[in-house]
Amino acid sequence: MAIPKVCGIETEYGVVLRGAADPNPVLASSLLINGYVEQRRVGWDFEDESPDRDARGAAREGAMAPEVETHLVNTVLTNGARYYVDHAHPEYSTPECLDALELVVADKAGERILARSMRAANRLLDPGQEIVVYKNNSDGKGNSYGTHENYLVDRAVPFAHLVRVLLPWFVSRQVFTGAGKVGSENGAGVARYQISQRADFFEEEVGLETTLKRPIVNTRDEPHADPQRYRRLHVIAGDANLCEVATFLKVGTTAIVLAMTEDEVVRSDLALATPVAAMRSVSHDPTCRATVELVDGSRCTAVELQWEFLRLARAYADRSGLEACGGTAVGGLVLDRWERTLTALEADPMTLDGQLDWVTKLRLLEAYVARDGLAWGDPKLALLDLQYHDVRPERSLYERLVAAGTVERLVDEDAVTAAITDPPASTRAYFRGRCLERWPDAVVAANWDSIILDVGTDPLKRIPMMEPLRGSRVHVEALLDQARTPADLVARLAS
Amino acid sequence: MPEQQRKQRPAPRERVGEEAAVAAPTERGEKLKSELDDLLDEIDEVLEENAEEFVKSYVQKGGE
Repeated sequence: MAIPKVCGIETEYGVVLRGAADPNPVLASSLLINGYVEQRRVGWDFEDESPDRDARGAAREGAMAPEVETHLVNTVLTNGARYYVDHAHPEYSTPECLDALELVVADKAGERILARSMRAANRLLDPGQEIVVYKNNSDGKGNSYGTHENYLVDRAVPFAHLVRVLLPWFVSRQVFTGAGKVGSENGAGVARYQISQRADFFEEEVGLETTLKRPIVNTRDEPHADPQRYRRLHVIAGDANLCEVATFLKVGTTAIVLAMTEDEVVRSDLALATPVAAMRSVSHDPTCRATVELVDGSRCTAVELQWEFLRLARAYADRSGLEACGGTAVGGLVLDRWERTLTALEADPMTLDGQLDWVTKLRLLEAYVARDGLAWGDPKLALLDLQYHDVRPERSLYERLVAAGTVERLVDEDAVTAAITDPPASTRAYFRGRCLERWPDAVVAANWDSIILDVGTDPLKRIPMMEPLRGSRVHVEALLDQARTPADLVARLAS
Repeated sequence: MPEQQRKQRPAPRERVGEEAAVAAPTERGEKLKSELDDLLDEIDEVLEENAEEFVKSYVQKGGE
């Protein structure tokens, strides 16, 4: 039986400080986060961080392990999220969610938090200076920053088995996960417009790196949970989505494919002959008609690969149900939307305007090309591309399209507003967030799998949270309501 | 839900039918075009000035 697909999204936002003599992105990122966090900041506890651990086993020789930058701003929010400076970007990691719809809400709440952060930080700047944030993955000049998904996976599944399924999965799902990009980068060949922001940056099939020679399947083995039972699959082959339908499909379909892979042997004849080349050729073809070569020598389109995955997923759902993927309420919705999307991609991808980012952006660009007679190399198109991702509500072209009613929303804005401050009820993020809301001064530090409380007497108390589903509202709401003090909470937890 | 009732991948003929159904009559097409024109006018107003310079100045450090 597949384990629940607890999931989350980490987004590194593009950031600029305009009007400053020294537009330092680390400083700008710190200002954003400090500006937002008005209550006392709770530090992140790094004890269990080990991003250089490799899922394939021992550390690989010559592999570049990312550094954990403990000196940078790093905080936990009452909604259970982590908000921090990563390298030279503000990064927002959603709290752990239990299904794709919950994660759409949490991810959108992240955008709202960044927008609020800009307003707060800009009040602290000199006149004429402004920090602006973009939810995209590339500067168009060969520099990329990531949007990573995370899924809880059963440790018992051999990693090689996951890799076999995930290579054709990540290559083909681009047809709905792509956020669209004008041009190409990183020596990836000529493209006028391509489906994915990220495809040009993948150079390996499998590996530990995330900043150099990026692999399609990332092997970082840092479960942030009981390592005997769980993996956290760290997905770096995805784009930053603004369209809620795109985020919903990206997470919902991947969760089902992972559950299916846990429960049964997925047929291996979907294996691609050259996955890295296929990643690019799929991305570089907005008609969705390009074919990729399979190991058996045959060729098919990305959409055809997706039809095969959907067929397997339907059969799996019939046999085993979708309990691990949000049940029929959410998992069933995913399957139906997935099918409608593939049908539309095959008939005419442009009918997905307002549902998928790459189509929505392309429609906008084509309208400008037609109205202004622009050539495809015109810088105005690159500007439209960039500004589509601007997080300022008044400048974001995506938000303009939402306001005009041409973009489909899946979640209620009231739910998004609530998720700015409140944790999801379904996971341990609830316990983390509620402790922080209730006793901000007593939470000395927190991370994904523990929280450290100052109970007024030595020593500090560390509460482990190695089970991602323990600490949900059902488990701990009464306990938190009854506890009068942090010391009382610790005593009740021990009894 | 029994397998045969489930919406499977539509046969080619059905898909042709769907395409015909969504083909907009000219009148509707005109209305859509005018709405699109209005939308582009709105976007013109918020679009950053000097596109070339603006795009050139957007440089990020690699992340992750």
